[in-house]
Amino acid sequence: MSGSTLPTNNKAIKWFDERLPLLSLLRDSLVIYPAPRNLNYWWSFGSLAGFMLVAQLVTGIMLAMHYTPHVTLAFTSVEHIMRDVNYGWLLRYAHANGASMFFIVVYIHIFRGLYYGSYKAPREVLWWLGVIILLLMMATAFMGYVLPWGQMSYWGATVITNLFSAIPKLGEAIVTLLWGGPSVANPTLNRFYSLHYLLPFVIVGVVILHLWALHTSKSNNPLGIDIKGEQDMIPFHPYYTVKDLFGICVFLMFYAYWVFFNPNGLGEPDNYIEANILVTPQHIVPEWYFLPFYAILRAIPSKLFGVLAMISAIIVLFFLPWLDRSKVRSARFRPVYRQAFWIFAVDCVILGVVGANPPEGHWVLIGRLATLYYFTHFLVIVPVISIFEKTLPLPDSIAKAVLGGPAKH
Amino acid sequence: MTKMRALFAGAAVALSLGAVPLAALQPARAAEGIAPPALEWPQAGPFGVFDRPALQRGYQVYKEVCAACHSMRLLSYRNLQDIGFSEDQVKAIAAQDQVAVIDDNGDAATRPGLPSDPFHSPFPNENAARASNGGALPPDLSLMAKARKDGTNYLAALLTGFSEPPADVKMADGKYYNEYFPGHQIGMPPPLTADQVTYEDGTAATVPQMAHDVATFLSWAAEPKLEERKRLGLKVMAFLAVLSVLTYLCYRRVRRRVQGH
Ligand code: HEC
Ligand code: HEM
Repeated sequence: MSGSTLPTNNKAIKWFDERLPLLSLLRDSLVIYPAPRNLNYWWSFGSLAGFMLVAQLVTGIMLAMHYTPHVTLAFTSVEHIMRDVNYGWLLRYAHANGASMFFIVVYIHIFRGLYYGSYKAPREVLWWLGVIILLLMMATAFMGYVLPWGQMSYWGATVITNLFSAIPKLGEAIVTLLWGGPSVANPTLNRFYSLHYLLPFVIVGVVILHLWALHTSKSNNPLGIDIKGEQDMIPFHPYYTVKDLFGICVFLMFYAYWVFFNPNGLGEPDNYIEANILVTPQHIVPEWYFLPFYAILRAIPSKLFGVLAMISAIIVLFFLPWLDRSKVRSARFRPVYRQAFWIFAVDCVILGVVGANPPEGHWVLIGRLATLYYFTHFLVIVPVISIFEKTLPLPDSIAKAVLGGPAKH
Repeated sequence: MTKMRALFAGAAVALSLGAVPLAALQPARAAEGIAPPALEWPQAGPFGVFDRPALQRGYQVYKEVCAACHSMRLLSYRNLQDIGFSEDQVKAIAAQDQVAVIDDNGDAATRPGLPSDPFHSPFPNENAARASNGGALPPDLSLMAKARKDGTNYLAALLTGFSEPPADVKMADGKYYNEYFPGHQIGMPPPLTADQVTYEDGTAATVPQMAHDVATFLSWAAEPKLEERKRLGLKVMAFLAVLSVLTYLCYRRVRRRVQGH
């Protein structure tokens, strides 16, 4: 990337930086990175996501020091962590709830992007990388949930891996490969553990690319207009470091509420029963962050097309930069899109509730309508709006909009 | 454009109508018994701590009644020190157990239990447990309070929820009617009768009292670090609150340099 740009008089540091400009790189990306001066708190969720990734890595690696990936011992080893390991309960609750926190943060981060049009040119690749991170997170969390080897771990793994059998021709072979045998059993647990350890580091890699793309195309902002010059920008440090730190502190209180005062509130009681091949739980429900996708899966009466719909629900995000043809990014200046955005957000919540309920009675119909709306939003509503919508006039520049005139800074 | 807006208003209304029955956020679970009544538990809430005498009474009920059928394999005798038994009391309790060992000659033998031994399990294996209970398996109780929805209330309700079946219910062989058990037919005979145990502290051993005590004990057994967790949680919250205020002030201060934010 760049050469040494570090302003230092320290000979040793200078010597090193000229040979490997690591410190220059860090300084360029975390200190002097020029950011739009008008970012609001929704922009704090990016650094929060980074924080949660690190939190999951740290707690996860420490859990791995005490966890045993074997079907006869996994459940007991998690309870050993909870009961006998010093602060093991804290590690385990922080990791289990941390996964939920990570998804909350990332979902908000994505919806921020949808609202302010952050997926549009020149940030398409940045957006793609984000969607890839989401997919990797889902795989990681799914496999992590199998590790404690409770009833939901086992039956969730059985139901979800079985979905792959819907793939014509290759299905059975893929399922056998996932299971490492004729059913979900010890080889499955072992490979899931191995991959659960591996994938977070792949995520770290993609996050680095995500940041590289960000620093190439620069941050979007609530006005959605381009940075026009010095007056529109402030350096990341201290202006956003201190703001993001404040955001992290507030968010940590939310996280701490779950860890310390309601640690099982987001989980299923059934996962405190050890996996039992002979007893199927009454309702097999995935973790809350998968519920909207689970609802889409079950909305379609055919297994194959249900799986395809569920996968498409995420794949469609890759095409969003071209489905939305409006040149205006921010929904602030897009009165019609703004409404469509909120209806879509409500639709996602409805899908989540449908996913939590058994597919019976009126839930079936609601689930189908909400699924239909989900795809209609991306494939019809957004493209149509983007062609016909009359957008509001855009401000001349960020500085003008926030300061009422060009600033001196 | 106005047409489009009307369209959206319509869509919004339709969606929110769809959302009305969604008030039932909790999955409907008709087949799973009735919601247990919410009792008062001293361990509930952010400042909650277990009631020590109730824990010890609850252990007594477990040991004298439930332990005949139910194991608690995740607990060891040493854990009892956490609920207020002294080291010597724990040693004495453990010593009542006989633990199978292999002696120096390689022969099967037994020795008195030690505090580090796990709780004695009533049956050597699942088949033996089922055979003695008409085919039903008495589940391990170590995590029971977390393995059922609203577990502690459920336990108290289950143990007091036995009654004669309503006239229209036909009971299967060896099953007992219980209002709170999913499906109402449980393979466990009503385990508690008044004055079944004699409490050392003179508390009257009524069925609701024993149920409350043993539910307290099982709630602790499932979550033995509850007190430590809440205590630490309060400190963490206080620390974060102060830190939030400080970082916010920092933020304001730094931002004063560039108006507008
Ligand atoms: C005579 C043996 C016996 C005794 C004594 C006994 N139980 Fe049970 N218990 C059972 C059996 C058998 C089952 C399984 C019932 C079934 O699955 O239908 C059971 C089930 C349970 C369950 C699980 C209910 C559910 O939701 O699945 C709980 C909780 C329970 N017992 C608590 C207790 C407590 C607390 C005591 C002591 C006060 C106790 N039991 C005493 C035999 C016993
Ligand atoms: C992307 C980041 C990660 C996510 C989203 C994630 C998610 C999860 C989830 C949902 C569980 C199940 C928790 C439970 O119900 O008990 C879990 C368990 C586990 N994870 Fe992770 N994890 C991540 C990173 C890691 C890393 C880097 C490690 C290091 C090896 C790790 C090690 C473990 C272990 C050992 C368990 C089993 C213990 C337990 O169940 O509490 N995780 N993870």
